[in-house]
Amino acid sequence: MAQFRVCPQSGLYFHKSAESLMKANAVAAVVFLLLAGVLALLVTLTRWPTVHLLPADAFYMVLTAHGINALLFWIIFFEMAVLYFASSTLLRSRLATPRWAWLGFWLMIIGAITTNVAIFQGASSVMMTSYVPMPAEPHFYLGLILFAVGALIGCFVFLGTLAVAKGENTYDGSIPLVTFGALTACIIAIFTIASGAIILIPTFLWSVGLISYIDPVMYRIVWWAMGHSSQQINVATHVAIWYAIAAIVFGAKPMSEKVSRGAYLLYILFLQLASAHHILVDPGVSSTWKIFNTSYAMYLAVLASMIHGLTVPGAIEAAQRKKGYTNGIFEWLRKAPWSNPVFSGMFMSLIMFGFLGGITGVVMGTEQINIIIHNTLYVPGHFHATVVAGTTLAFMAITYFLVPVLFRRELILPGLAKWQPYIFSIGIILFTLFMMGAGTMGVSRRHWDMSFADASTILGMTFEYPGTAKLMMGIVGISGVLSIIGGAMYVLIVVGSLLFGKKLEASAGFWQNFGVPLADSCYSPTRPERLGRPPVIEEHGSAGFEAPGTFVLAIVFLVTFVVYYFINWKYLASVWPMS
Amino acid sequence: MNHDTHTSPGTETEPVPAMQQILDNHFLLLFLGIALPTVLYIVWGIMEVVSIPIAK
Repeated sequence: MAQFRVCPQSGLYFHKSAESLMKANAVAAVVFLLLAGVLALLVTLTRWPTVHLLPADAFYMVLTAHGINALLFWIIFFEMAVLYFASSTLLRSRLATPRWAWLGFWLMIIGAITTNVAIFQGASSVMMTSYVPMPAEPHFYLGLILFAVGALIGCFVFLGTLAVAKGENTYDGSIPLVTFGALTACIIAIFTIASGAIILIPTFLWSVGLISYIDPVMYRIVWWAMGHSSQQINVATHVAIWYAIAAIVFGAKPMSEKVSRGAYLLYILFLQLASAHHILVDPGVSSTWKIFNTSYAMYLAVLASMIHGLTVPGAIEAAQRKKGYTNGIFEWLRKAPWSNPVFSGMFMSLIMFGFLGGITGVVMGTEQINIIIHNTLYVPGHFHATVVAGTTLAFMAITYFLVPVLFRRELILPGLAKWQPYIFSIGIILFTLFMMGAGTMGVSRRHWDMSFADASTILGMTFEYPGTAKLMMGIVGISGVLSIIGGAMYVLIVVGSLLFGKKLEASAGFWQNFGVPLADSCYSPTRPERLGRPPVIEEHGSAGFEAPGTFVLAIVFLVTFVVYYFINWKYLASVWPMS
Repeated sequence: MNHDTHTSPGTETEPVPAMQQILDNHFLLLFLGIALPTVLYIVWGIMEVVSIPIAK
């Protein structure tokens, strides 16, 4: 008999098994974030020229571990929690096949540990991309395969739960928009994992000697179908979280469900194709393939992101104006709850993702101007703006909501929690901007020593970056440490709250944080009331211009976008003069 | 369940727009979301690599 708990604070229903899985996945995510953060500190202190902390071998090992723990393990564990939340809780449904979900979870744990062991043994410092013919230990690939299989099981449990909810009639009409966003993430995840299987299984067989050769060009094409699409799962998920937080904090309704769902459809169809921008300087594929997959298909996905970037603040503005914040263009924004980390984290995630991550992504996806910054530090500058400023901050923001609602603990250190998104954001804004600045000056990514000391002493070659590039790398070091402090504040608040936060439910003990259910008295076998179709609302705009402030923000964004885009073309003209 | 209509208590059956029927068909979306990038990115890309003449 399915058992449900209703949260007295939020009114949300939690199916017992789903609740346990959400907790286990979220806790695992935070553990891997902590590990990724410690490794980030070591990477940052090594790339800071004045400090230059680690020797070369240790640097490449730590960089490999940082990439995999941050980009895969932290994020995908958290996304599993989001999938179970968006299906079971938001649809008021029991979770399909909880035992399979637990099998998936444990495969992910075993896989993550196995890959970390392989990396820290020291013979698998192949970076996250693990390009062949650079070999890693077999258990490096095996761990990734196990992790991917576990995540795939989680995706099918999510789809199964949608089928259960539909079959048992737990909701009326279409699935809610946030669940639709999670469905988008799930679809992209299945493509991502299938691509990973296509390339990592042969690579594992190659590492144990059963296959003699893997073509490096072929590897790169298929690997990036996994490598970049895995980051597109994040985009779909954090956009769903933006919509969720707008509804939670403001009671905001999407400006147009049709438009938002249409934008998600563009993600489903086109977002994965952006993987091609990693292959833009590869000789093996034609310009037709490159340009179609980036400059045509990718722009449709960019359009979708711009739609979400418009409709989320637009919905918030409409909700705020209904509450009476109608003075001027920006009173709705000034009077927003900036001291609530759930809102401030979400809103800064949205702004940084658009202005820093989005615009630079288009620059990198344009074949001609990509050449200016390909494989420079600009690339990690861009993806830290999307994955850290965008996804990670959105995940942090929703955590502050979930700690009391899901874990039934009060947040400790609320004053620190208020400041955490700001410290993290200031750090990551400077970090990404100056990384991209240094990249534009040619500073390489994934390079231990920008002074090229070995090249000059061993090979007699000398090369020196301009002093500005070194200054920028110094600022990258300082701001990187600041953002890591912001991340450490998050881990401190969340872990401290789970361990020492005031119990909002008497049975919310230590082991309940890891997935052990609360006392039986918290759950009832009574099925939750059916989720009704949301009341039909007039489409925004039908009664006048409802979000003028958002319109102004959108114009500022578009002007920034156009100016930055053409600056890069001008820059290309100056570095590549035609005679 | 009939995909062409939505009913709720106390309301008459109303037609569901075709686009909404597509968006409500999760497994169709799953098919499209896998088939399109597989064909346009992976298959097309691999065919181009395979068609490169081997050096003699």
